[in-house]
Amino acid sequence: MAEPVIATRDLSLVFTTRDGPVQALSNVNLDIAPGEFISLIGPSGCGKTTLLRVIADLERATGGSIAVNGRTPEQARLARDYGYVFQAPALLPWRTILGNVQLPLEIMGISREERAARAKAQLALVNLAGFERKFPWQLSGGMQQRASIARALAFEPKLLLMDEPFGALDEIVRDHLNEQLLKLWSATRKTVVFVTHSIPEAVFLSTRIVVMSPRPGRITDIVDCDLGPDRPLEIRETPEFLRIAQRVREGLRAGHSYDV
Amino acid sequence: MSRSILPVLTICAGLVLLWYGGAIWMNWQVVADTQARAGATPGLMEMVRLTLNHARPLLPAPHQILDELWRSTATLPVTSRRSLVHHAWVTLSAALLGFGMGTAFGVLLAVAVVHIRALERSLMPWIVASQAVPVLALAPIVIVALGAMGLEGLLPKAIIAAYLCFFPIAIGMVKGLRAPDATARDLMRTWSATQAQVFWKLRLPASLPFLFAGLKVAMAAAVVGAIVAELPAGAQAGLGARLLAGSYFGQTIQIWAALVAAAILSATLVGLLGAAERLVARRMGARA
Ligand SMILES: Nc1ncnc2c1ncn2[C@@H]1O[C@H](COP(=O)(O)OP(=O)(O)O)[C@@H](O)[C@H]1O
Ligand SMILES: [Mg+2]
Repeated sequence: MAEPVIATRDLSLVFTTRDGPVQALSNVNLDIAPGEFISLIGPSGCGKTTLLRVIADLERATGGSIAVNGRTPEQARLARDYGYVFQAPALLPWRTILGNVQLPLEIMGISREERAARAKAQLALVNLAGFERKFPWQLSGGMQQRASIARALAFEPKLLLMDEPFGALDEIVRDHLNEQLLKLWSATRKTVVFVTHSIPEAVFLSTRIVVMSPRPGRITDIVDCDLGPDRPLEIRETPEFLRIAQRVREGLRAGHSYDV
Repeated sequence: MSRSILPVLTICAGLVLLWYGGAIWMNWQVVADTQARAGATPGLMEMVRLTLNHARPLLPAPHQILDELWRSTATLPVTSRRSLVHHAWVTLSAALLGFGMGTAFGVLLAVAVVHIRALERSLMPWIVASQAVPVLALAPIVIVALGAMGLEGLLPKAIIAAYLCFFPIAIGMVKGLRAPDATARDLMRTWSATQAQVFWKLRLPASLPFLFAGLKVAMAAAVVGAIVAELPAGAQAGLGARLLAGSYFGQTIQIWAALVAAAILSATLVGLLGAAERLVARRMGARA
């Protein structure tokens, strides 16, 4: 395996809360190679968001170690290695779509002409050409989320971190965006860490699926899942796809004594 | 348009009628006494006419106030001591200067409180307490103290106005600067934005609607502050001085004219701020 982009060793995180400590991550060991599309899947509360936030230096681990391209998450953040996409598009309502995509470029001190050129190119990549002058409220939820993906990619980060980016969207829009995201990934071959709790979504998109379970949050299985570069939506009916989905489902079941 | 204006006009007309009724009722006794002393027995219509045209009525009729407003603005040169334009300008200049000072102070205070955690606990209780002191009690102290230091005229009045102004602005601005949610702040962090960038690109734009709400309250308060500051020192000019002089000499019409002038002044200033607010909101992509 090539030098990993992300390498964690016995990574743990304990939140100190008013009701006592909460073990959000326990002994997470994970190596992610360049160009991989990794999905984190598991029931809510198993630490998917927390793991992503530790990678992005939005939370600090309390035990173990993590390296991003051989550096600390903080160094990687300061080097602007991360494009982060949240479940909510979080576009600034007072900026146009173009203005929103340009915002990180502005913060990074990129010249006005280049900002506009790059932002327009990214918006075209997510099929939002022609919507540059619109304000966020004039776009549908799916379009807003595409704009937020364009914003995350505009400064060409080494890593794309996505936390249930399509979780709030309906199934049809979601299928469509999954296809687009796959195309985008094939074109750029960026390393992606993608949080979801949809098994089909994970199998459709990923090169590997990390199955997690709660109390304490840990990895229970890692499933290889390369269905090849060319994946039409119909691939979800093939035996290969269903076999992988079954394995993920079993992993989820094993890690989780269904006490609900 | 006409559908929204008609109910407003109806209500206004109703209020004017009510006012006329009130003027007749409140001035009746005074007129009746005067007439009795003169041995006259006026009829009903004559009594109504007299109550609505008394020189020193308890409650002046609307047309008397309008008449006085017209006489003291349009028929006198603005340099005249009896011109209401002159007095309004004296009050307006103090209110505007105080508004500017109060706004600057309120905004700076909010920025400091949002960025320095310790300030919130140490400063906010004092700020809140400062507003519990009635301005009517404070104004004479400040005017006299500053007068003793040789400061008179515009500045002491502006300080009183600023004192009433800064509070709504600071409170609104603190809330506005804190309006951006955790996700927006996390995004700025993933981009390694500096604190200054977070301020200028996230917090400040998010705070503008809150700032405008504060500015409108503050503007009306500034006019009140300037007028109150003109009361204690026996000021020679300003709407406050007109109110005071009017009450010395029982010139109720003059008092009401000054009050209406103050109300028009406030409403105009707040209206201008509202227009500026709409302009800014449109530029910031607000829904039409
Ligand atoms: N800031 C925090 N403070 C305290 N507890 C937290 C915090 N963030 C998450 N947790 C807890 O850590 C656990 C994992 O949360 P999270 O990573 O959000 O799970 P997931 O994204 O898989 O649903 C949960 O029990 C959650 O309540
Ligand atoms: Mg989550």
